[in-house]
Amino acid sequence: MTNTTDQLIIADKAYNSRLLTGSGKYKDLDETRAATEASGAEIVTVAIRRTNIGQNPDEPNLLDALPPEKYTILPNTAGCYTTEDAVRTCRLARELLDGHDLVKLEVLGDEKTLFPDITATLEAAEILVKDNFKVMVYTNDDPIIARRLEEIGCVAVMPLAAPIGSGLGIRNPYNILTIVENANVPILVDAGVGTASDAAIAMELGCDGILMNTAIAAAQNPVLMASAMKKAVEAGREAFLAGRMPRKRFASASSPIDGTFF
Amino acid sequence: MLVSLNGEQKELAEGIKLSELIDMLDLSHRRLAIEINQEIVPKSQHAKYEIKPNDKIEIVHAIGGG
Repeated sequence: MTNTTDQLIIADKAYNSRLLTGSGKYKDLDETRAATEASGAEIVTVAIRRTNIGQNPDEPNLLDALPPEKYTILPNTAGCYTTEDAVRTCRLARELLDGHDLVKLEVLGDEKTLFPDITATLEAAEILVKDNFKVMVYTNDDPIIARRLEEIGCVAVMPLAAPIGSGLGIRNPYNILTIVENANVPILVDAGVGTASDAAIAMELGCDGILMNTAIAAAQNPVLMASAMKKAVEAGREAFLAGRMPRKRFASASSPIDGTFF
Repeated sequence: MLVSLNGEQKELAEGIKLSELIDMLDLSHRRLAIEINQEIVPKSQHAKYEIKPNDKIEIVHAIGGG
């Protein structure tokens, strides 16, 4: 199975990479650029914030390091705790990116866990879909809510595997599996991956992709970890497509018994 | 006249256009989005939009985030 025949389709656009990356927490824009490059990601999230007024006008710009001609820029609503703030952020992002309408919706419920506020997320998703946004939505690992977000018209549903930035790995693989089995839109694990094996596990469950930031940016060597994540996502995807062997409690010899001379 | 610019009070000349403010702030070559009183002012309107006293202006851009 080569990449050209196994593409990730989001809102009618095909991508060869199933790894999406965030652009936060890097040391500088050179590291952001190098790690993003090494990850092979084609979709990269950004945050929308106030411009620094009166600062160095030649200060480097994130979108120079990650040009929208090269990457699909996915503006997020990180930091939004209300429906209103999330919708407002998406509208500003669309203006910023000249009408680009793919957004990552997250409405947070609490600073300690950064778990989503589900009622506000559902409300914001309805408003944004009606306003012609293509919404990729961060949610918890609840299969019922995932289905509801799909029904609203979100183009991808992105359950957390563990709290944002926690690196705790896939805490509830059975829920992720149920979400994947129910879905007719791409399911991407968003948040919680800590290292390459976590990414492989998510992909082996049948997830369509993974969105991660801290697992790469907070590694000792972010560029090397980005490369590891790229391979883990590819390996996990191939293992899922190949179909794993059944688990057995006892041994099964790999070498034949016939023809032994002892 | 006084306006609010990214949360800070700022004194501006009466009748100033939004595009003139952007030039004054050295932001004309930047990729940004602008909201005034919580309404987006599209790029195509920047040259026409006349800033009024007490306008709440928000100028935003993209930064690193996950």
